[in-house]
Amino acid sequence: MVRLDEQYDVIVVGTGLTECILSGLLSVDGKKVLHMDRNDYYGGESASLNLTQLYRKFRPGEEPPPELGRDRDYNIDLIPKFMMANGELVKMLTHTDVTRYLEFKQISGSYVYRDGQISKVPASEFEAVRSPLMRLFEKRRAKKFFEYMQNWREEDPNTHQGIDLNSVPMSKVYEKFGLEPGTQDFIGHAMALYLNESYLNRPAREAYERIILYISSVARYGKSPYIYPLYGLGELPQGFARLSAIYGGTYMLDKSVDEIVYDSNGQVCGVRSGDKIAKTKQVIGDPSYFPGKVQKVGKVVRAICLLKHPIPNTDDVDSIQLVIPQNQVNRKHDIYIASVSSSHNVCAKDYYLAIVSTIVETDNPEAEIKPGLDLLGTIKPIEDGCKDQVFISCSYDASSHFGTVCDDVKDIYRRVTGKDLVLKQRLRQEEEQREIGET
Amino acid sequence: MSNNSRQNGSDSTARAGGENGLTPSANLKPVQVKLVLLGEAAVGKSSLVFRFVNNEFQENKEPTIGAAFLTQKCRLEDKVIKFEIWDTAGQERFHSLAPMYYRNAQAAVVVYDVTKAASLDKAKSWVKELQRQANPNIVIALAGNKIDLVQPNEEGEDDSESGRQVPTEEAKAYALEAGLLFFETSAKKGDGVRDVFTEIAKKIPLEHIISRPRQVNNNSNQINVIQPPGANRNNGGGPAKDCAC
Repeated sequence: MVRLDEQYDVIVVGTGLTECILSGLLSVDGKKVLHMDRNDYYGGESASLNLTQLYRKFRPGEEPPPELGRDRDYNIDLIPKFMMANGELVKMLTHTDVTRYLEFKQISGSYVYRDGQISKVPASEFEAVRSPLMRLFEKRRAKKFFEYMQNWREEDPNTHQGIDLNSVPMSKVYEKFGLEPGTQDFIGHAMALYLNESYLNRPAREAYERIILYISSVARYGKSPYIYPLYGLGELPQGFARLSAIYGGTYMLDKSVDEIVYDSNGQVCGVRSGDKIAKTKQVIGDPSYFPGKVQKVGKVVRAICLLKHPIPNTDDVDSIQLVIPQNQVNRKHDIYIASVSSSHNVCAKDYYLAIVSTIVETDNPEAEIKPGLDLLGTIKPIEDGCKDQVFISCSYDASSHFGTVCDDVKDIYRRVTGKDLVLKQRLRQEEEQREIGET
Repeated sequence: MSNNSRQNGSDSTARAGGENGLTPSANLKPVQVKLVLLGEAAVGKSSLVFRFVNNEFQENKEPTIGAAFLTQKCRLEDKVIKFEIWDTAGQERFHSLAPMYYRNAQAAVVVYDVTKAASLDKAKSWVKELQRQANPNIVIALAGNKIDLVQPNEEGEDDSESGRQVPTEEAKAYALEAGLLFFETSAKKGDGVRDVFTEIAKKIPLEHIISRPRQVNNNSNQINVIQPPGANRNNGGGPAKDCAC
């Protein structure tokens, strides 16, 4: 039996997605991992909570109103993100085989707000032709721009048309194709998913990668570039935690992490919980476990809204991403709306979940997300005391997909193991078993 | 405990990749059923499955490491069930089993140790958890394992057995009341193990599962993306091309 006062190679504190991916990868590498969380659920800040947990967190002392239905029907994400169908996280899922524990659904559409209207970001040439986002001539120019992007090959100068994407800023590339500011807006914010305008002055290569990721992700399943796990994002850390456990990782939820213990040389040597110390050589954890070692770099405001209808003007689909580019509402950062529904097993039947978020720019964050809330239609008051079902939380991460999480994983992996993360296919368990069975 | 194995029982030939020994039901498409194991640490959950799948027993087995899940087919007269059996991977030891584990499970075997009274209490709390959180149609079997450790009491006039802490009648009464299948088993000797899975197979409401198959994708370069009905399944979706059958 495993005991707390044993020696581990790595202790991971917090079961957020980043920590769980790392825990899984390190266990697969043969490291002896202890993984702890102060909460009695998986996921930390990237958890999906049921109603009881949600109310405990944001409305302590209040009971969820009975008309919301059964607790088990709810898996509400604390941080809204969608997965790029062709993105790095999908690679991590498939290469570790964690995808076998999970099921996904497409997000039905990616939308952008412009001039007071919500429009679909075209997912096909057919949609592009009919899109109200551009007028006829602009459509031709945009077509040329996308053809250039898709044909561009680093090693083939003939495809460069005299632009070096590695040095020329993105603004110059837009200029070359004569794209209007409105078009730049939806390309930069709804496709390349930049939260502000600073990318315009940076080398275009990064925007190129993001645009290609978007296009290739749309090409995978058709409707939008995004996929989403049934039962909410909280399934992702749980899946990687299972991977870690299968390879010998030890899990302790609901365990207080009282002290990170250092030796006389200032090297970490253990983690104390109560009067027990688990010994280790390395510790990985989310910022909340290291209050003295982190600095606040920004603040995000989020509102979790429960709707009785789809978001108006979005073709009544079951799920969307809607980006309000900063220009459109005189801000520096975009406002994001992520909406999923009962068809993703995250809320009771006939309900829709919409999470509005942005990076805080003023000392009145609630007012900053109002343009987003205004697009949701009536946020139905669902009786007594719960007012509008709006729960506000703050955290560090505002990006709308998992690119930054994966970068973080790779960076920490490199620092922990001293080598780069190479995703290789692991031997399938069933095959392993079969081989054993046959001998 | 049910001793009659009227049915053909489980089929381990499929695992070895052969089509040998298949009965006329071989042309039936196997129905995939996710089965989860629950119970206190060291009650013999993995041993039970190891006995069922490989018909073997390992003495002093280390806590479970390394297997995502095992598969085993169980053939009845009119259907073939392919169990996808999930082990806890030790996450139950510190009460840290993820809800994802029993998500969509159509069957569960909750195991206790007949020589440890407390393990039945733990089993009861797992049953409660399943009834609260899992699929409402889930078929749950309660299995009292390690009956090989129980000796009939030689000088006793009553039915008492040395080593036993959970009387059969007590557990049986609880199972009846909670609507569970009930078995006593010995993973070591093999007693009762097949019955657990065969009886579950019989009780699984197949119509329900057939109407919404779990699309386990065995091509690991893809991801299980559920397509809406009628959508073109060019990627990700599609029925599982499973195993050797």
